[in-house]
Order: sequence, then structure tokens, then C-alpha cells
Amino acid sequence: MKPKIILILSEIRPEFDFDSQINFIESGMLDSFDVVSLVTALDEEFNISIDGLDIVPENFSTLEAMVALLTKYGCK
Amino acid sequence: MYLSFKNKRIAQILSVLPNKEVLFEDEMENYNFTIAKSLKLKAAMGYNKRRIAEDGTTSSDLCIHGLEYLFNKDLLNKEEIDALILVTQTPDYIMPPTSNIIQGHFSLKQDMVCMDINQGCAGYVIGLMQSFMLLEQEAINKVVLLNADVLSPKVSKKDRNSNPLIGDAASVTVLEKTINHTEIVFSIKMNGEGAFALQIPAGGAKLPNNDQTAISEEDAHGNFRSKDHLVMKGDEVFNFVQSEVPPLILELLSQTHHDKEDIDYYMFHQPNKFMLQKLADKIGIARDKMPSNIVEEFGNSSGVTIPLNITHNLSNILPEKKLKLCLSGFGVGLTWGATIIDLDKDTYLNTINYKK
Repeated sequence: MKPKIILILSEIRPEFDFDSQINFIESGMLDSFDVVSLVTALDEEFNISIDGLDIVPENFSTLEAMVALLTKYGCK
Repeated sequence: MYLSFKNKRIAQILSVLPNKEVLFEDEMENYNFTIAKSLKLKAAMGYNKRRIAEDGTTSSDLCIHGLEYLFNKDLLNKEEIDALILVTQTPDYIMPPTSNIIQGHFSLKQDMVCMDINQGCAGYVIGLMQSFMLLEQEAINKVVLLNADVLSPKVSKKDRNSNPLIGDAASVTVLEKTINHTEIVFSIKMNGEGAFALQIPAGGAKLPNNDQTAISEEDAHGNFRSKDHLVMKGDEVFNFVQSEVPPLILELLSQTHHDKEDIDYYMFHQPNKFMLQKLADKIGIARDKMPSNIVEEFGNSSGVTIPLNITHNLSNILPEKKLKLCLSGFGVGLTWGATIIDLDKDTYLNTINYKK
């Protein structure tokens, strides 16, 4: 799952290295508009619909947080 | 709060669009984004085209144009209008009420009620509720509900939260008594603790417009706006809509003993495509039952997106089949509301362009 997420993130913000432990939101690597693009891409890639109430910064701040979120939707 | 009405109907809805069309691509350079990022957002959010009023065109101009059209086509008789309600956040003046100005323009009868209501994205639903309340009176048989906003002059061109979406428009809805026992139920909710999630800070008594309020400043996200401009806390508004609107709709369906499938279309206010698709998914209805094309084709014109949604998308469908609709508006206030209402096959629906 992680490689797919990194690929999507790299398409959204190609100037950053997302294979890192840094907090993507706090560091400014992702803003709220990026999160919209990210959710749209994740929905499409994993054939899910991330609940609007799950679209909060903490669920997209690290790769681990995103893996945990997608796991909740049954993604592998 | 639930409110229930009987023996009333919507007879006509006419939407009025300004002619000036702005393309998202033509304004992308204002937003401090890469082209690739802007194009991704265009697809996700529904940034595309929007209609805005020419300088000097006001809410009353759009409304007067719509009413003139109905009068000239003999679709509405001036003498029959017992109440004129205008829902707007952009009145022509602080005083007098713009509804009175419109009444005066047409020399409508004096034995009537004129009323301005300051409401935004939920304004059409609030206006319908108020119209039906007036129709409860013996003396009132026909109400004209005007809904108009010309907010584009109040949005900074360098505010990527709001400017790519904002549109101007107006609608004229004629409501009347009828012999039809089908219940029309509204659910309305308000939360003034969130009142400043959507705001124009300057221009009222608390902070009059002055040289200081006109100074454009950069916010933490790279948007430039002054205190004279609309400011929207996008994250707060998104969370409010996603947390409050789905239960409102599901509870209204339950209260009125409807299944989701009983509703032909969910005609919601259209803030942006992404928010609408998430709402449809959360409520558990097919995305094509909740059109999201108005914001893409005309922009977000506050509450007017609901009547425009109806006239633009249903005018070819309605003559074939009576429709059961769920209308919902949500936004400034914070205010959120919904109603389930039938539209008869003979309901007049049309969309026209404004001409000076």
C-alpha cells in the first residue's frame, strides 16, 4: 500500500520526498488543497470513498497515518 | 426544528444568470499554484466556469429582469402578488429594504408584504419556509420569493479559497395555495456559535469600511484579501457540512417516512463538487441523484444554486413526470436546512440570461 501512496503523493507534490518521517502537514509539504487532490486520488486508486469526517489533517500527516486510515476502509 | 405545510405548491421557478463568463484557466495565475496543481483542483473541486455580474449590476437588477420576463410573458400577474420576499446577502442598500425598491419599481399594490431576509447558502430553503408560512394566512394567496446574490465584488481575486468558485445569480420562485394534501416538511437548524466561519468583516456597524479595511493582506495559506472581502474558513465549513448535513437529511427522511430511493433528486446547494460527492457518499445515495454541475458551469451563487440546479437540470425532465425532491442548503450563519417537496409536471421552470 505504501508505494502506491508515495506514488500518488509524488504526483501531487513532485518537489518533495514523501518517503520520510516528517509531518507532511506541519512541514507545509501538503496543504488543504493537496489533501483534496490526495483524497480524490486515494478514492479512485483503492475504489473507496473516504468519509468527509475522516478528512482531517492528522489522517494525512504521515505515511503511517494514511496506511492506518486506508486499512480502516479495508484496503490492503 | 420541523415545520410542516399542506395545500401549497411551487408554481414557477425562473433563474437569472449574468452574461459575463469567467474561465478558471484565465485566473489561475492569481492563485500562486503550479499549473499542474491548479488543474488537479479544477477536476476535484469543480473549478471551471462562473457567471459574474458586470460592474454596477446589483441584486435588484437581476430580480427585476426576472420579474419583467414573467410579467411580459403573462406568466405572472402583478395584481396577484400578495407578498414579495427577497433573500440576499447583497442588498442594494443598508436601508431601505431592496424588496421595497423592487415593489416600487413595478408599482405593485400597496396591500402586500415586502420583506428582506439576510441569509446565504441556506437562504433558498429559509425563503421557501417563510413563503409557506405567509401562505397560511387567509389574505395571502400568492408569494413571490426572490433569491439573489452578487457576491463576486466582495471576493478577493487572489483568494483561492473562494474566488475560483463564486458566482452571481438570481431566481424568482412563485408559490401559491393549491388543493393538494401532500405534506411539505422542513427541517431547519442554526448555530450562531459558528457565525464567523463565513464572514465579510467590514462594512457593517461593528467595523465600517475605511482605508484600513481596504488594505489587502496575506493569510497563513498564501491568500490575499482585505477586511472588505469575504473570508471563509474552509476547513471549518467543510467539517460543519460533513458532520451536520447527512444526519439532517437522514432524520428528515425518517420523519417523513421516506426511503432514500423515494426521492427522485437531491437538489442541494453547490459549494463545490468535492463536498457534494462526499455528502452523497455519506448519505448513501448515487452521485447522479445529487447533481454537482451548477458550480462547474455557473459558479457557487449561494442559495441560488438550488433553484438554478432545478431549472437547469430538471426543466426537460419535469414535464414527463411529477418529481419528489429533497432540497438542502447549508452555510453562513451557520444555518442548515432541508425540505422534501413535490414539483408538479406543470411547474414552470426556465433559466434566462440578464440583459441591461
